[in-house]
Amino acid sequence: MIRYLLGRLGQAALLLVGVSFITFVLLYILPADPARQLAGRSATPETVEAIRVQLGLDRPFHEQYTRYLGNLVQGDLGRSYAQKTEVTEVVAARLPPTLLLMAGAIVVELAIGLTIGVLAALRPGSRFDHGAMILSFVGVSTPQFVAGILMLYVFSVQLDWFPVGGYGTWRHLVLPALTLGLLGAGWYSRMMRSAMLDVMARDFVRTARAKGVSEWRVVLVHAFRNAVLPIVAMIGIDIGLFMSGAVIVESVFGWPGIGQLAWQAIQQVDIPIIMGVTLVAAVAIVLGNLLADLVAPFMDPRVRLRTPTNR
Amino acid sequence: MKRRVLLAALMAASLIGPMAQAQTPKQGGSIVVTYKDDIVTLDPAIGYDWVNWSMIKSLFSRLMEYKPGTAELVPGLAESYDISKDGLTYTFKLRKGAKFHNGREVVAQDVKYSLERTINPKTESPGAGFFDSISGTDAFKKGKAKEIKGITVVDPGTVKFTLTRPDATFLHAIAINFASVVPKEAVDAAGKDFGKKPVGSGAFMLAEWKLGQQLVFKRNPDYYVPGVPRLDQITFQVGLEPMTAILKIEKGEADFAGDGIPPAKFLQIRNDPKYKDSIIEGGQLQTGYVTMNVQMKPFDKVEVRQAVNMAIDKQRIVKIINNRAVPANQPLPPSMPGYDKNYQGYAYDPAKAKELLKQAGLEKGFKTTLYVYNVDPNPRIAQAIQEDLKKVGIDAQIKALAQANVIAAGGKAKTAPMIWSGGMAWIADFPDPSNFYGPILGCAGATPGGWNWSWYCNKELDARAAKADALSDPSKAAEREEMWRGIFTDIMKDAPWVPIFNEQRFIMHSKRLGGNDAYYVDPVRIPINYDYIHLSGN
Repeated sequence: MIRYLLGRLGQAALLLVGVSFITFVLLYILPADPARQLAGRSATPETVEAIRVQLGLDRPFHEQYTRYLGNLVQGDLGRSYAQKTEVTEVVAARLPPTLLLMAGAIVVELAIGLTIGVLAALRPGSRFDHGAMILSFVGVSTPQFVAGILMLYVFSVQLDWFPVGGYGTWRHLVLPALTLGLLGAGWYSRMMRSAMLDVMARDFVRTARAKGVSEWRVVLVHAFRNAVLPIVAMIGIDIGLFMSGAVIVESVFGWPGIGQLAWQAIQQVDIPIIMGVTLVAAVAIVLGNLLADLVAPFMDPRVRLRTPTNR
Repeated sequence: MKRRVLLAALMAASLIGPMAQAQTPKQGGSIVVTYKDDIVTLDPAIGYDWVNWSMIKSLFSRLMEYKPGTAELVPGLAESYDISKDGLTYTFKLRKGAKFHNGREVVAQDVKYSLERTINPKTESPGAGFFDSISGTDAFKKGKAKEIKGITVVDPGTVKFTLTRPDATFLHAIAINFASVVPKEAVDAAGKDFGKKPVGSGAFMLAEWKLGQQLVFKRNPDYYVPGVPRLDQITFQVGLEPMTAILKIEKGEADFAGDGIPPAKFLQIRNDPKYKDSIIEGGQLQTGYVTMNVQMKPFDKVEVRQAVNMAIDKQRIVKIINNRAVPANQPLPPSMPGYDKNYQGYAYDPAKAKELLKQAGLEKGFKTTLYVYNVDPNPRIAQAIQEDLKKVGIDAQIKALAQANVIAAGGKAKTAPMIWSGGMAWIADFPDPSNFYGPILGCAGATPGGWNWSWYCNKELDARAAKADALSDPSKAAEREEMWRGIFTDIMKDAPWVPIFNEQRFIMHSKRLGGNDAYYVDPVRIPINYDYIHLSGN
């Protein structure tokens, strides 16, 4: 187990270096010049050059990158070009809201997705089944921007149940979490439905029924536990989806997370912040996947962990 | 609606009267203002976007300020000032009793320190270039001098500036945010984080800042203007889309949408009688234009540039953006001193345009590229321009790019034949015509990385501009304005630009807010003048 973990963490570290390298290259070849952006419209070419030297942007690429990597190892993500503050500080302030939003979204997608999926699978072909699958299709295909604005209009402005955007209380969390979780709920309801249909047709379910186990126990204990396995493994992978969704959902609802931060930094060519957010997102995705793999054997003893070297 | 249309020029002329007889504004109360983007910084040496611009004005004070709601210069931290006969020395007497938020009195040494801090290349201030006429800035910037010798502290209440040349825009420069006075001890204590822990001597002080969530401004009880600010507190909620912000105002959760009315909702809101008293329209010191690179064929020929000027139907473009602008015929916006009301410009005349192209030997037309910022409505505007040009035989291909990339292309020699300036258009840093010349139409801006995207450089006009700016004697203001008027109409003879329109500002506030409309469309404090707005009622 520990060997496996160390192997995976080693892989993760390499992956992060790769991500940092690719992001750095992409930002390096960008035609926009951060020094000019900073210097403003009234600056003379000499001022722009002076700023470029101060930021170290005049150095050759390999030097800039190795210096960045050297600082990174020491936990230093640099200073924001536009805000002049430490990137770690800015990102740290924005990370908790995003994590909270993701947690909310996971609850939403599991609660809605699994419930609908199980109910639809109990009566395949019924009206409820058809309705639920159409609904899940809508959930999967509605752009998050549209869903967010619609929810705001209906639940905040018309019904006055929730505040119009912002951050602070659980009431602020409901609508953004719903919007972000809707997509996943759509996916999970479909996956859960087919997994349940599959499991319900298995021999052990028939055996359970034959033993006289009550129907709800058959569904919830015997079938559900087996059907839900592949889905739990998906949650870790979802983190990547959430990271991209957060950019949109956070701006619609004024949620002060790192998605919003990234969007603003991109517009300002604030390279240290873009790098910082990309790395944090990469770490989250890597950890999410790792967690999914670690949890799987506990849920299903048939799954065994293998160290990467054994492959 | 008409009656609510206010232009800065009219304001400057007519406000003094009505303002004096206005009822005493309501004191106290707090409001909520929303913005989409988080505040980048509140450091006056650094902040240079229109979200933090007016906030910085309210946190800090400068030697010179503008009469609220107008573009008229008045003394601020200075009590009085004196300009020497040769226009080379400015002496400011400081107001007694003006205090920083930390309780210390503002003295002349603070003025010197603050300007040196802005001009010091280590600060990386985008505003350092505004003070080049102060003697000794060059040596200081290059590290050859420890201080700027042109700024002298005569005594704690007096500061003197020596210039290298007479500069009619100097008082504007000293009124710009980058000249805000900051206390050295607070800057030293905060270090690079001064932008997050600002200490000034303005009407408001920063009470709270939750990154990415909200900022709270509290009234500065020691502010040197009695009765100002009118509000006790302003909460800035950041991260809210303009659409969400409007919903918040409708529901009474916010009072003012800093980003304005989103285009998609504009017509609906404007035509709704419910909002009649909540929407204010004003001019702004902005011109949207198409540049033609005079170093690139065939725009090196003046006939071609004039032809393009006649080929574009500006009225139609204004309609495309729901009449949120007025058609332009010259570089200066109508509310800017020096604007020529009588100038007719190039009227829309495709037949004449074709004729001019024929004269230039291009009766078969030509192919070119139009660069444009890829955010709505700019691509739609570019398409309208493309259709118009097609009618006279010019085949313009549209290249829609991210903002920074268009700016980069414009600043690179012989790269972008045409650029539609929308979304990046020039908005004046201060209300003076010279600010619309040097960087965007003068030879100084026609350098790599510059903002003169036409690469137009007319030495004769440069000399005339320098002469106009040397007329720093306030009694010669009218003469100077006349000179600038001539410069801009002469530029149009060479037609390096097609001026398309001047954007109008539409702002929406909640019913709770009242007061003079002029404070909501203040030409210098964009989007609004936080110090003077107040709750409605008495």
